[in-house]
Amino acid sequence: MLDIKNLHVAVGGKEILKGLSLKVEAGQVHAIMGPNGSGKSTLSYVLAGRAGYEITEGSISYNGEDLGALPPEVRAAKGVFLAMQYPVEIPGVTTMMFLKSALNAQRRSRGESEMDAIGILKTVRKKAAALNVSEEMLKRALNVGFSGGEKKRLEILQMALFEPKLAVLDETDSGLDIDALRLVAEGVNNLRAPERAMLVITHYQRLLDYIVPDRIHVLANGRIVAEGGKELALELEAKGYEQIVKDAA
Amino acid sequence: MSSAALETKETVAGLGEKYKYGFVTDIEMERAPKGLSEDTVRYISAKKGEPDWMLEWRLAAFRRWLSMKEPTWARVHYPAIDYQNAYYYAAPKNTPLKQSLDEVDPKLLETYKKLGIPLHEQMALAGVAVDAVFDSVSVATTFKDKLNEAGVIFCPISEAIRDYPDLVKKYLGTVVPVTDNFFATLNSAVFSDGTFVYVPKGVRCPMELSTYFRINASETGQFERTIIVADEGSYVSYLEGCTAPKRDENQLHAAVVELVALDNAEIKYSTVQNWYPGDENGLGGIYNFVTKRGDCRGVRSKISWTQVETGSAITWKYPSCILRGDESVGEFYSIAIANNYQQADTGTKMIHLGKNTRSRIISKGISAGKAQNTYRGLVSVYGKAENARNFTQCDSLLIGGECGAHTVPYIESRNSSARIEHEATTSKIAEDQLFYCLQRGIGQEEAVALIVNGFCKEVLQQLPMEFAVEAQKLVGISLEGSVG
Repeated sequence: MLDIKNLHVAVGGKEILKGLSLKVEAGQVHAIMGPNGSGKSTLSYVLAGRAGYEITEGSISYNGEDLGALPPEVRAAKGVFLAMQYPVEIPGVTTMMFLKSALNAQRRSRGESEMDAIGILKTVRKKAAALNVSEEMLKRALNVGFSGGEKKRLEILQMALFEPKLAVLDETDSGLDIDALRLVAEGVNNLRAPERAMLVITHYQRLLDYIVPDRIHVLANGRIVAEGGKELALELEAKGYEQIVKDAA
Repeated sequence: MSSAALETKETVAGLGEKYKYGFVTDIEMERAPKGLSEDTVRYISAKKGEPDWMLEWRLAAFRRWLSMKEPTWARVHYPAIDYQNAYYYAAPKNTPLKQSLDEVDPKLLETYKKLGIPLHEQMALAGVAVDAVFDSVSVATTFKDKLNEAGVIFCPISEAIRDYPDLVKKYLGTVVPVTDNFFATLNSAVFSDGTFVYVPKGVRCPMELSTYFRINASETGQFERTIIVADEGSYVSYLEGCTAPKRDENQLHAAVVELVALDNAEIKYSTVQNWYPGDENGLGGIYNFVTKRGDCRGVRSKISWTQVETGSAITWKYPSCILRGDESVGEFYSIAIANNYQQADTGTKMIHLGKNTRSRIISKGISAGKAQNTYRGLVSVYGKAENARNFTQCDSLLIGGECGAHTVPYIESRNSSARIEHEATTSKIAEDQLFYCLQRGIGQEEAVALIVNGFCKEVLQQLPMEFAVEAQKLVGISLEGSVG
């Protein structure tokens, strides 16, 4: 599904990713772990197509397509979803209105008919209940005044609503207490599916106790420096990034 | 909002350009000779068949105007206007006032249909009465009879001067005096049409009233005067819309609006101003130099201004409230959008004279392209205005790095019991907001429309429902092409 080859990415002229290669198959959950500044967020943004993240070398193939050539909104419609570390606030636009706009924009892009307001409301309500997203939250302006936990739950609700093929979760555990983390992780686990790939980006092993990955990749200085099964997370926790990076060198 | 934003996109894509009202109606016109003199004033008055008192009033204004200087304090720049190089009266030929819509030139009906203002059956369903002003004359007024049954007078002002001279004399120039300012005085001399509304005691006007102003003729200024009087305990909601053809020249629109609310009366006045704004290089567009003022003359009266200003090359406009009656309330809700080379200097004045008077100002300024957008407002509390209260909120949104937003609030208080609050913010459409929308599949234009409509929400909510959707779309269209 996702095949990244020798990816080099520069931000503001500075190279951040320096030859990253990574393969994720449908149905798999991979984790990317790494210290601060290793390029984790850059990877998530370049997959989503954020402006200013320039691919200088290498390629990203997504279901056989050159992902780098597609504008971000087209990627979204084709099933690329990024759960953001810092979801943004949009004052005056209710959460429900935003969900409706996004869902129908994606549907139009795919040549599908739009869903009517009532249909969307029903779908959203059903999925929102499982994530403890209240009706009242849906009426508030998008992310405005939301707690850290509410913001992350809303990200996962969007993931559930859009049913992406490739979901990238960028530091979804940041700013969550243990109860909120459990709830979010449960939401993510419910979305594991044979046709869906997930890339879970995290600094800490903690999240991976709840979302157990098939593979773990360690990212350092813009490259994958170590790979392994879920046990690699425990080793990282015990030894620290510095040692693993040294061992790999 | 999503569907409005989408429709916006489609409209834009379909037309290939954003100003869809830029067409010209080809119709034979009758004009006053070019230029401005006493003869011009006499010509207009004669064309309208006015009584002598009206002519004298105009001539006094004209003589006064000759001694006045154009104001220069606003943050707007334009080359000197040659007042002699314009027409002050232009009307479709052979259009004396019509008794029924069937007598109106089909070309005019077609024009209004194209503008989305069908004067026939559709509007009937929406329950909105329309006065259609085409250049210097009113060409059609709907639902006059039905309104008359309720005792409401809704007619072109030229007709009111003939048919209700006492009412007109009683209120004309009492809110905006002849000597008020350069443009208001000019208007007093040469105003040609506009709407007159009188709602009698205790009557709640049974439908929304609206006037649709259309400039069609070239090299012609439009000078309308609107008077709305709400007698004791009455209520009226009124909306005006404005458009003009695309031309390389600048055309002057200098209107005067006077509102009077007596005891316990309420007037809600909404404007969707979409005059031709000029092209993306700043060529052409309307100079919208307008004086609008409401007088809360009675106790517990209320006047509420809501404006959505998207058009005009230059907007110079400060709809104001004189809070004369005790416990009267003034409100000003504004969205001003300036894109490309547009310049807007707009705001309000809240003059607290009576006891326990309250005012509320919510202003949303959006600047894009190379536009300059200024909020200019005055809150003045006089010595006898015990317990006056004002709340002002001015928010500015910048799109791109070449535009400007300016906030110039003046506050004067001569009574220590006054409570005046002022809040102001300036923000940008952040790159992260846009990226968030894009990542969720919402394209750039729709994302901007969504974010800006969110920013304006408090004001859009004030518009009559029939027009809120239209205004939302307009907000999106006006900013088309402003990002990326």
